[in-house]
Amino acid sequence: MIAFVVRRLLQSILVLLAVGFIAFSLFTYVGDPINNMVGQDTTLAQRAELRERLGLDDPFVVQYGRFLLNAAQGDFGISYRHRRPVAQLIAERVPATLELSLVAAALALFIGVPMGVYTGLHRRGFLSQVFLALSLIGISLPTFLIGILLILVFGVLSQDINAAIGFHLVPQLPTFGRGDTVQLGWWSTGFLTESGLLALILPSITLALFQMTLIMRLVRSEMLEVLRTDYIKFARARGLSNRAVNFGHALKNTLVPVITITGLQLGSIIAFALITEQVFQWPGMGLLFIQAISEVDIPVMAAYLMLVGFFFVVINLVVDLLYYVVDPRLRADKAVAAGHQ
Amino acid sequence: MAVGEEHRGAAGPSLGARLVDGVRRFFDGDIWYSFTRSPVVMVSAAVTVLFIASAVFAPLVAPYDPFDLASIDLLDSSLPPIWMDGGDPRFLLGTDAQGRDMLSAVIYGARISLGVGFASVVFAMLLGISLGLLSGYLGGTVDAVIMRIADVQLTFPAILIALLIDGLARTVLPRDLHGQVWFYVLVLAIGLSFWVQYARTVRGSAMVERSKEYVQAARVIGIPPLVIMLRHVLPNVMGPVLVIATINLAIAVITEATLSFLGVGVPATSPSLGTLVRVGNDFLFSGEWWITIFPGAALAILVLAVNLLGDWLRDALNPKLR
Repeated sequence: MIAFVVRRLLQSILVLLAVGFIAFSLFTYVGDPINNMVGQDTTLAQRAELRERLGLDDPFVVQYGRFLLNAAQGDFGISYRHRRPVAQLIAERVPATLELSLVAAALALFIGVPMGVYTGLHRRGFLSQVFLALSLIGISLPTFLIGILLILVFGVLSQDINAAIGFHLVPQLPTFGRGDTVQLGWWSTGFLTESGLLALILPSITLALFQMTLIMRLVRSEMLEVLRTDYIKFARARGLSNRAVNFGHALKNTLVPVITITGLQLGSIIAFALITEQVFQWPGMGLLFIQAISEVDIPVMAAYLMLVGFFFVVINLVVDLLYYVVDPRLRADKAVAAGHQ
Repeated sequence: MAVGEEHRGAAGPSLGARLVDGVRRFFDGDIWYSFTRSPVVMVSAAVTVLFIASAVFAPLVAPYDPFDLASIDLLDSSLPPIWMDGGDPRFLLGTDAQGRDMLSAVIYGARISLGVGFASVVFAMLLGISLGLLSGYLGGTVDAVIMRIADVQLTFPAILIALLIDGLARTVLPRDLHGQVWFYVLVLAIGLSFWVQYARTVRGSAMVERSKEYVQAARVIGIPPLVIMLRHVLPNVMGPVLVIATINLAIAVITEATLSFLGVGVPATSPSLGTLVRVGNDFLFSGEWWITIFPGAALAILVLAVNLLGDWLRDALNPKLR
């Protein structure tokens, strides 16, 4: 156990060092940092002095070490475009992304699991076929298209649709930004205002849909697998009620992989949030990153890279350790489960 | 590609005879049978073929050349599809803000989307198969290193890796150079984010095949490892690879569209379906929905058809699921 933990920890640190290396190379080799800081009329001597003062003459390893040390303390430098510390910019954006991701994850879990259980139990039922067909469409529609369709229906055409059918069926929902937010310390939340909650509806559905179909298919296949096993047959032979067999025996055993994989999916929700944020102009980290790419704002790009890398490494480490604790049998299978997309 | 064809690598009849034999067996086989029994699969195959054909022959199929500035008239801009009020019979699906025919734009867009998709799948496949074969057949340190890299890459979602590679290339390359090489950048970005699946699958099968007698026999008679890998092991691990490739084509097309939608993929001068959706998105609120919905619908239908084909192929090649 200890050997396993140490090995995983070492591997995580290596990954972080590699990500940090990419981020640092970006800083060093793309453009000249001095050029980004000074005006045109700065003399060569002044530039050299600045270079000296910022330590840009130091050997590569020294600079890399300093970069990592600063990053570990949350100092990612100053955004070229916004002229403000990157850490500040990101701290402002983190709540928006995390709130959106959490709501989406909850939606995916609380709708996806029951749908999966239903389709697993009623394999050939009509509703199951409908769910499965819908899930295939859900996987085939790119996230941004789902968002655009929702905007079209609930933002642009809702009044026309209502007028055409004669009663108020399609509500008009906000399609842009977060609505009003309330400041709790440094955390800005949209959960406490009506417009904030309304603004969450369309983006969170957009973000949740893909994960929902994924969870549904996963639960379904796990249920089908478990229902075939001997101990389920034995439980039925003992005369247990359907309910006790299905939920007490079968569902319980499917939940271990579902929970761990949902944990892993939290990471990809945050990655996909980037697309949703772009569609709905949601002021989160992803939008900041996309803008940074198009504006070549390297400090922001590097910081996002480091942050996302750190986040994923932590999630994976926790999930791996959970695997080890919960069910050693799963260790061999986890790679397959994480291998979607 | 029937399951259990273990002795394909051994010397046999001539290539032509084997090909004829293979075709005959294909139409006699389970796969063709299950194909003809499923209307959904036949429709998706037809849709896929239609898309690929119109993409390949776009200059012949499309009513206009959307890149030919001479054929575009600003007076024709933002016309709705012909079945709506104000539609123009010359433009079946309406026109965009520059007066470009939407149908032609969609056909040329699908051409670029499919081109990038195919090229990145092939690239990912070549990379994944080579690394997987090396890893599975050689084992040891090579295996450990390749699989560690794969492990690490799997922890990040593919779309994020593609975005990072594309974004990095965008910042590193000068702007006008990127205007010329965007195709290769995209193929590299998408391909590099998908090779792991192939490598893992091939490695697993190669490890199984390695210990089988026909490989040992080949080794005993002194065939070099590279030839064994390519001629003996590879044919027997191709089944699952083809399934992954089909499903990956759908994912690659989606990834390209997503990158283009985010504004980092295909440039607007030669728009793919994703670029068309992004450009059209700006006109959504002014009610000109067709500029974005038609490319979007084409994308969704294409991906759905390929996905259905892939699902069917996976089931058909896996006798355990029947």
